[in-house]
Amino acid sequence: MSKKKFNEGKPAVEPAEDKKTEDRNAEARPADKPVEPGAAAENAMAVDGHAVGIQPGDTILIAAQRAGIHIPTLCYLEGFSATGSCRFCVVEIEGRPALVPSCTYPAEPGLKVQTHSARVVEARRTIIGLLLADHPGDCLACVRSDSCRLQELASELDVRQRRSYTARPHHELDTASPSIVRETSKCVLCGKCIRVCEDVQGVSAIGFIGRGAETIVGTVFNQGMNVSSCINCGQCTLVCPTGALHEQRDLTRVVAALRDPAKVAVVQHAPSVSVSIGELAGLRPGEDVDGPMVTALRRLGFKYVFDTSFSADLTIMEEASEFVHRVSHGGILPMFTSCSPAWIKFVETFYPEFMPNLSTCKSPQAMMGAVIKSYWAKRMNLDPADIVSVSIMPCTAKKFEAARPEMGRDGVRDVDAVLTTRELARLLKQHNLNLRDLEPGSPDSPFGERSTAGKIFGASGGVMEAALRTAYNLITGGDAESLDFKEIRGQAGSKEYRINVAGIDVGVAVVNSLSNARKILEQIKNGRSDLHFIEVMSCPGGCVGGGGQPLSPSKSDIKVRLDKLYDIDRSETANHRMSHRNQEIRQLYDDFLGSPLGPMSHELLHTHYHARPVAR
Amino acid sequence: MDVAHDTADGTEIQSVLARYPDATEDQLITLLQEVQEACGFLSRDAILSIGRHIDMPASRIYGVATFYNQFRFYPLGRVHIQICRGTACHVKGSKAVLDTLRQELGVAARQTTRDGVFSFEELACIGACGLAPALMVNGELRAKVTPESIPALLKEYREKVEAV
Repeated sequence: MSKKKFNEGKPAVEPAEDKKTEDRNAEARPADKPVEPGAAAENAMAVDGHAVGIQPGDTILIAAQRAGIHIPTLCYLEGFSATGSCRFCVVEIEGRPALVPSCTYPAEPGLKVQTHSARVVEARRTIIGLLLADHPGDCLACVRSDSCRLQELASELDVRQRRSYTARPHHELDTASPSIVRETSKCVLCGKCIRVCEDVQGVSAIGFIGRGAETIVGTVFNQGMNVSSCINCGQCTLVCPTGALHEQRDLTRVVAALRDPAKVAVVQHAPSVSVSIGELAGLRPGEDVDGPMVTALRRLGFKYVFDTSFSADLTIMEEASEFVHRVSHGGILPMFTSCSPAWIKFVETFYPEFMPNLSTCKSPQAMMGAVIKSYWAKRMNLDPADIVSVSIMPCTAKKFEAARPEMGRDGVRDVDAVLTTRELARLLKQHNLNLRDLEPGSPDSPFGERSTAGKIFGASGGVMEAALRTAYNLITGGDAESLDFKEIRGQAGSKEYRINVAGIDVGVAVVNSLSNARKILEQIKNGRSDLHFIEVMSCPGGCVGGGGQPLSPSKSDIKVRLDKLYDIDRSETANHRMSHRNQEIRQLYDDFLGSPLGPMSHELLHTHYHARPVAR
Repeated sequence: MDVAHDTADGTEIQSVLARYPDATEDQLITLLQEVQEACGFLSRDAILSIGRHIDMPASRIYGVATFYNQFRFYPLGRVHIQICRGTACHVKGSKAVLDTLRQELGVAARQTTRDGVFSFEELACIGACGLAPALMVNGELRAKVTPESIPALLKEYREKVEAV
């Protein structure tokens, strides 16, 4: 049938506007109108007998997805140009001899596409069969046992036996990084990790090595991740479909500490975890489970539960003071925030010349760790060595940060173990604790009170907004009329804003993803000088999109988490929305620290950086 | 695949790069070939220097270099053995010869012994099928080699280079 005939006389499919508002994940199949013989639409193709509207630039996959028709994919990555390497999304087009990958094939009016013909399904089964042919198959013991895309697809296609098995050449397990484990034998070579490492982070620590059947994903010279240019962000672990890349797990150590009667286990949880971990307990994205999570942590055996949003407030006290000091004393500007450990490692690795621009403030995790093992230990009459300080982080790079030699004193680490959001969810499962069933609990004093300025640290723009609220107070003595800095909120990779505080013109920028950070660093290198304060978060959307968060989040999942943090901020009274109004923070300074940037702060809350001459 | 450190001070690498001051990613293969020509192999330093020169991540350069068989990551031994793995030689037992070579030298193909004396690589058919299994030692053809003849062959060449 010619295109002409197919198009004849059929009214246009639903206008594109209607489609835009639909959730991508909606289960409805709106394209439920069979195509009548002789019917046609100017801008439509037939997919499984349904008319599917086409927009400019559509591939078959995207047009079908929009119409609610599901084509399974493996190497496809939302928001990236498709590579068509896995061939899993093949479809059959009438009149074409070969199956085509729907992720790269342009949607054209008049195409007649079958997404699940016998030939297509058989081809997908063959692909799975081939991927399984050299897969280790230790699925029972694999960390991705309940979240493996390969397993899911094999099950979906009802592939129940391996027709052949050839073990791959032996590959050493790469456990050298404190953050990320590489299990090359489980890699299906989809290349997603390489794409996020290069395109999202601008790092390219990993790439394809070798050729043909011997191809692997690895670092330059195939060395351990620890000596590569990897910045530990963990974005690769979010997109890996199998167990080939996953976080370095600390569960065993934490469980042992919880059972040790000689130790006092304390825990802190990062601002973004309470709005993301619910997803792993079957709740909707963005549900805040702060209270139930505190209860769960106590039930696990943590004696004291602290909120990292408290130490985020502490960070703001120090960082806003540092910024005001730099501005008023002719210090080095622009100043960069220093909360994101992968960003810190990025500067140390790729742009050591910018190390003096980094705020010397430790991150909230590290500040909390330091006050727990100093002020709090003393107050509780505990030997710091008997405290096991654990943190729950949305981040794999926090594991690296906690292990940095600067983050401790006298051979005692400030933070003994870091669990990602995913690891905590596993720990809860292991103890049959369901966040849906638990009564809300409240954190312990003195590090439990938080302002929502600290809470929005989990969002890209949140640190800057919190800092501006406090810097305004430091400069003028009063509080800003509006505490909302909406210009710097949201998921955009790079946001800029100019604010005038008591006659001082301040240029601020907020970036997330290190490829965006690289752009701004290059601008500054080339002479740009209108920016004074820049927040950088390594992960898309900030910590809500962190490498330790629930796997393969869509952009809309991250947005929902982000919006929730601002909902929480909006729900508080003004006094609870500014770090400098946090009563427990004031008390900590009165009792112990003295004043921001004072000698005690310098000793405990600030740090320094090292250039990292790695192969890159 | 492991990669050897540079054996020289890197001036050869720099002089190659100096000939291509405006090189971009497009000249990567040329640069790799010329640096290998000048240095005998691609060292770690060579890969990193080329990366800095054309502003390309080292992991990608390494990926390209390991994709092609023409690139070596070890300096050749003073005695370089090329063993034919073509069909005729295979039928006549070149696999056993290869295994013996690997065992005797304690290195894999495309690597070099620690003392720098021997290296070996596999080649597809060298066109000496009538003399199978065949190998070449520093360009000299050796015909009808057997696993048993390998130790003597290695001894012969070791004495030759050590006499120099």
